[in-house]
Amino acid sequence: MNFETIVFYVFAALTVFAGLRVITARNPVHAVLFLVLTFISCAGIWILLEAEFLAITLVLVYVGAVMVLFLFVVMMLDINLVRLREGIWRWLPFGAALAGLMAFEMIWVLGSSGASAGKSAVKHAADYSNTKELGRLIYTDYVYPFEIAAVLLLVAMVAAIALTLRRRKDAKSQVVAEQVAVRKADRLRIVAMQSESKESGK
Amino acid sequence: MMELLQTLEQTGLDLLGPLWLPLWTVVKIMLIVLPIMGAVAYLTLAERKVIGYMQIRIGPNRVGYYGLLQPLADGIKLLFKEIIIPSGSSKALFILAPIMALAPSLAAWAVVPFNEGMVLSNLNAGLLYILAMTSLAVYGIIIAGWASNSKYAFLGAVRSAAQIVSYEIAMGFALVCVLMASQSMNLTDIVNGQKGGFGLLNWYMLPLFPMFLVYLISGVAETNRAPFDMAEGESEIVAGFHVEYSGMAFALFFLAEYANMILIAFLTSIMFLGGWLSPLPFLPDSFIWLLGKVSFILFLFLWFRATFPRYRYDQLMRLGWKVFIPLTIVWVVVVAAWMQTPLWVW
Repeated sequence: MNFETIVFYVFAALTVFAGLRVITARNPVHAVLFLVLTFISCAGIWILLEAEFLAITLVLVYVGAVMVLFLFVVMMLDINLVRLREGIWRWLPFGAALAGLMAFEMIWVLGSSGASAGKSAVKHAADYSNTKELGRLIYTDYVYPFEIAAVLLLVAMVAAIALTLRRRKDAKSQVVAEQVAVRKADRLRIVAMQSESKESGK
Repeated sequence: MMELLQTLEQTGLDLLGPLWLPLWTVVKIMLIVLPIMGAVAYLTLAERKVIGYMQIRIGPNRVGYYGLLQPLADGIKLLFKEIIIPSGSSKALFILAPIMALAPSLAAWAVVPFNEGMVLSNLNAGLLYILAMTSLAVYGIIIAGWASNSKYAFLGAVRSAAQIVSYEIAMGFALVCVLMASQSMNLTDIVNGQKGGFGLLNWYMLPLFPMFLVYLISGVAETNRAPFDMAEGESEIVAGFHVEYSGMAFALFFLAEYANMILIAFLTSIMFLGGWLSPLPFLPDSFIWLLGKVSFILFLFLWFRATFPRYRYDQLMRLGWKVFIPLTIVWVVVVAAWMQTPLWVW
């Protein structure tokens, strides 16, 4: 067993453990943090596969942005743990059946293709750039799927904004351009007054 | 210098065999981390001195000559203070949070080059790695705010996280311009891309000047420094996310903040100011130039703090989303178009 295999098993065990804790942790915030750990150990496995671009992007996008917002939402929710745990035994058979089906599908797909069986990956030279290779593939062979994915994301984004876009009538807002354009003469009026003597003030 | 290193490495390899590589790496990590910690300590002193003089005070001057031992005294004081864990807090996360704040800001140094070939890990995707590591720093703040089980801490954490996530986008796009200009994500290649016969006219600061400003200002916001220190906001939410922390746990947050400042200063110098390249073509390139540039940017950080009043939260969000992000996106297109023309000489 060489060093890389050991590292792989460490990351794989960490991923499985963290994944299990995501669904078993009592506190939802802890669950989200375990999900973060799952992502990070997945990124570790991808680095082992020399897919450094994907691994770092996983950390950058999912851990650095998506999960932060997720954590936000979960922290602010008022979650009733008792209600959440109600009826777990009733739904357990369905969940187990679904998980079994997914595991079966994965084994079926990965096992039959033979890609992973008994072949060891060929190491690339030190100057091999995974990023360049990915970019080349995305913009040549897979340009249509890539563009469709981009359009889908854009539509989802527009839809998400449109769903939450409502204008409140009593909302106060600030027009910065007008504020910046204000001149002294608009706000300040200088009044010339005769000075008053002491007696007249009383 | 390089020959000495090579002989050293060869003797080590002969003596220790396979154990040499991990040992040598640990030594190199120490060579990077210890000076950073020293720099952090003296940056706190420099900050108090600089702001002191700007406000016509003297600043710390009792401990050692000119107050030079002040950071040491501060460190010892914080070390001996009791760490209080609030009741009702999430204990493990409460202790994990300061560690999570400091760790990414140190991990990012792995790919920062100090001179030609003087880098711990010459990663091809170095720029991405830096972005990923700096984006992790926000976890320390959020976890600290939540685990403290205090409203002030939580509000501080929410403010800070929203701020960091917003400004990260602008920073990312600014760096996209840099990687387009240099056509590489390797930090050493980025510096070498700014090499040329005209000294400082070859630096990316010139064609990417708006991005340079955006990156610098976003860097100030990203490190939660004044005038963007809404996360601490002493006048509104006492001290923000670290209000419940004491002793060394509290000190770790400050170590992280200052380490992040130094990191941003290094990155700005490397991406926009030509790293270790000399500003005048007839002077030799050297690490000292990099140190000079970094010191100047750090001085800017302190200067900002002494000069500008704190932003209001909505102004901060407006600046990030409505000014910086559109500006960076437009500049990405401008640079892309510019690079197709013969007018691009960088």
